[in-house]
Amino acid sequence: MLHTLSVGELARRLAAREISSVELARHFLARIERLNPSLNAVITLTADQALEAARAADRRLAAGERGRLLGIPLIHKDIFCTEGVRTSCGSRMLDNFISPYDATIVAKLKGAGTVMLGKSNMDEFAMGSSNETSYYGPVRNPWDTTKVPGGSSGGSSAASAARLAPFTTGTDTGGSIRQPAALTGVTGVKPTYGRVSRYGMIAFASSLDQAGVLARSAEDAAVVLEVMAGFDPKDSTSVDTPVPDYSAALDAPLKGLKIGILREFFDGLESRNAALIRDALEVYTAMGAETIEVSLPHLPLSVPTYYVVAPAECSSNLSRFDGVRYGYRCDQPKDLLDLYERSRGEGFGPEVKRRIMTGTYVLSAGYFDAYYLKAQKVRRLITDDFRKAFEKVDLLVGPTTPTPAFAIGAKVDDPVTMYLNDIYTIGANLAGLPGISAPCGFVDELPVGMQLIGPHFSEARLLSAAHHYQRATDWHRKTPGGYQ
Amino acid sequence: MSDWEVVIGLEIHAQLATRSKIFSGSSTAYGATPNTQANLVDLAYPGVLPVLNEEALRMAVKFGLAIGAAIAPRSIFARKNYFYPDLPKGYQISQYELPVVGKGAITIMLDDGAVKTVGITRAHLEEDAGKSLHEGLANATGIDLNRAGTPLLEIVSEPDMRSAKEAVAYMKKVHTLVRYLEICDGNMQEGSFRCDANVSVRPRGAAKFGTRAEIKNLNSFRFVEKAIHYEVGRQIELIESGGAVVQETRLYDSDKNETRSMRSKEEANDYRYFPDPDLLPVEVDEKFVASVRTTLPELPDEKAARFARDFGLSAYDAGVLSASREMGEFFESVVAALGAPHAKLAANWVMGELSSALNRDSVEIAGSRVSPAALADLLKRIVDETISGKIAKDVFEAMWSEGRPADAIIEAQGLKQITDSGAIEGVIDSVIAANPKQLAEYRSGKDKLFGFFVGQVMKATGGKANPAQLNELLKVKLAGGGSS
Repeated sequence: MLHTLSVGELARRLAAREISSVELARHFLARIERLNPSLNAVITLTADQALEAARAADRRLAAGERGRLLGIPLIHKDIFCTEGVRTSCGSRMLDNFISPYDATIVAKLKGAGTVMLGKSNMDEFAMGSSNETSYYGPVRNPWDTTKVPGGSSGGSSAASAARLAPFTTGTDTGGSIRQPAALTGVTGVKPTYGRVSRYGMIAFASSLDQAGVLARSAEDAAVVLEVMAGFDPKDSTSVDTPVPDYSAALDAPLKGLKIGILREFFDGLESRNAALIRDALEVYTAMGAETIEVSLPHLPLSVPTYYVVAPAECSSNLSRFDGVRYGYRCDQPKDLLDLYERSRGEGFGPEVKRRIMTGTYVLSAGYFDAYYLKAQKVRRLITDDFRKAFEKVDLLVGPTTPTPAFAIGAKVDDPVTMYLNDIYTIGANLAGLPGISAPCGFVDELPVGMQLIGPHFSEARLLSAAHHYQRATDWHRKTPGGYQ
Repeated sequence: MSDWEVVIGLEIHAQLATRSKIFSGSSTAYGATPNTQANLVDLAYPGVLPVLNEEALRMAVKFGLAIGAAIAPRSIFARKNYFYPDLPKGYQISQYELPVVGKGAITIMLDDGAVKTVGITRAHLEEDAGKSLHEGLANATGIDLNRAGTPLLEIVSEPDMRSAKEAVAYMKKVHTLVRYLEICDGNMQEGSFRCDANVSVRPRGAAKFGTRAEIKNLNSFRFVEKAIHYEVGRQIELIESGGAVVQETRLYDSDKNETRSMRSKEEANDYRYFPDPDLLPVEVDEKFVASVRTTLPELPDEKAARFARDFGLSAYDAGVLSASREMGEFFESVVAALGAPHAKLAANWVMGELSSALNRDSVEIAGSRVSPAALADLLKRIVDETISGKIAKDVFEAMWSEGRPADAIIEAQGLKQITDSGAIEGVIDSVIAANPKQLAEYRSGKDKLFGFFVGQVMKATGGKANPAQLNELLKVKLAGGGSS
């Protein structure tokens, strides 16, 4: 069955001409048609364009061209601009928006010969941890359709878990790749801030947003990240440093690796989850790694810090959605103010409005110092904590989330409880660090994720560490019932 | 009635003469069809990002060096948030707390010849907004975003000016400077150079400044002067009639010659400035500053001092001739061809005949119909006494309209000066003979009639008689000496 194969194996078969890209695209398109209605993971299907791209890939393969992603299908999170295709960002505001251009990562993956099958559902403007804020309705977790798939890249995580595509793209502002990856049992990589171009990725919080990948294994993710990463002259915050060969580095010896165990990561963690993380750490020590307990004293402040910085930036980033040039415009505006108020009032959902209001408040005269400025100072302290920790250890290992997937509707009316879902992931965003979530077991038949965080630009080491773990375990091979 | 002192500070917006916009690759050319010079970045499409145009930074640094200001090694772009249809992002990218150019100074010359120093608080880079168009649109407002994203240097002065005249002198000096530096075309009709004036009054001798009003968007020297005059009168009248000036923004209506309230301090926007997370801090190192320093031309004050020193010109003349780089270059070319001892003659002609002809026909000096070499050839004929200064003016007019060299016109029209004393004497004799009554009156003491005889001789010779010779010979003849 084609959907059970790794990206590497698919590429091998394509190169050997055992299968064609068109065949592969048809297989996944058929799966989406059959399985997506109960998941709502894919909100735009681009079957015609996919087949056309697959035919082009087949021509390149026939001409003797080879590439690790040439002819491989994927699904893009609907936050990435895709030329000629609706790019909604999960919002009514952009329900009618057909992007005139490709995001840099979309163009790079297209150039590598990937075949886009469609666009995945997401929390509106990436604001959410459960995919329940989407204008297109919630996404269901393939492991239990009464449960959320996490968010904001919930469509991508559900699609990857349900094998609707060999891999999907996502973005992570406070955990939006790692948390849904953990809740759906896939491998999610959030690179270093600046590693992947943000050009064409609709901004939520510019200083925190980073694009990444949700795949079936660290090995598959390595191949994809290598194509996505790299300096982009169109993004001033992207960093001009060479992209290593992540795949080649996967098998680097693990012996002697110093793993930091964060004391703060086990505070408030459910015991069964904690036990799974301790099991994972034992796998590492058995492979020759050393574990060292470390502390990040300011980490408990990361959630309040994040909920000042991210809304502040989003309140400004989302000002461009004003009903003037594109996107949703209210009916029959009376005047300019009415145009703004109703277009934005009707175009944005409640969570987006809550964050715009919070952000506007913390940037206002008289509150700026007490909130925004203070949050920036705390952010620096958290970053320093990580820096100090990485003087002692090579990477940190801990849980990705406090609990497994929760029920749809369980937390929608309680934003603070919802926000606490990102308690273990937000730190890496505030400090701009890379992180990976990899499956490490089950609680109540729901997948649990282990998180690895490393210093800036340590993706190769993180991927290698996750890969070693995945060679020793098979949690990442588990597939939800009905999607095998 | 008290004696009032006027206090003025100006914020000048100089559009930088870069070929592309400050954060996008669109052209900055003026006058294109609306919205043809606005790309996705200028239109603030979802996902796009700004990238700083280094040329704009160079120009700002060049200005800073020219006014002796400190160049910030690290400056920050901030977002100024407000909603308006011609501001596509919903924020303007500007510099707030850390501008690229710090404190500097400019000297101006007052009417009485005194020199005054005006402090410059700061100069910062920012982007311009687009334009709202109302003409020819029924019940609608058109938006033209060609200008959106055009680089501006905002030059903020200290409240150092004490009259409308000083304000105009300062603005003219900055205008001269930016054109010298070739960082702004200075075109005020097209809005490339405009200012906001902060105006207040206080009883002379008072220590504290009065409450100020800000008059927005003045785009001619004349409007600056008139608007300040009006505003000063309004404020004094208000205070003297028992009222108080309120801090507010006012608009100058040039048709009615009055200022009108636009919005009060209470209605002022809270711009919620914060550092733009899409742009890195701007780092300017010694090397960069040094490389910009090598591009500095001779500055207006330096040029004026040199003209006064090397050519013996008055401070006023030296100031006029150095008021534009082109004027200075023209003058120096004439002097080079004519010889430094005749620099004063060249100065008089460039400031006199040439400037009037340029003004009359609205021609820039670069497009002068009489070249520096041609003007020098004409002046050589005054120096070698081939023609008189008076005849030279006629020759200049002919050169201006016909475009022929001075010698050709002198030759063709027979304008060569009569220096043969015998010929001049002959004419004098016949004039005296024809006017016995005037001769008698002159001899009886009516000295004023000397001029009458000069006129008659000049008339008879077609103005060609050498004036010095004529004077000398005439004196002798009228006194009854000589051959008659």
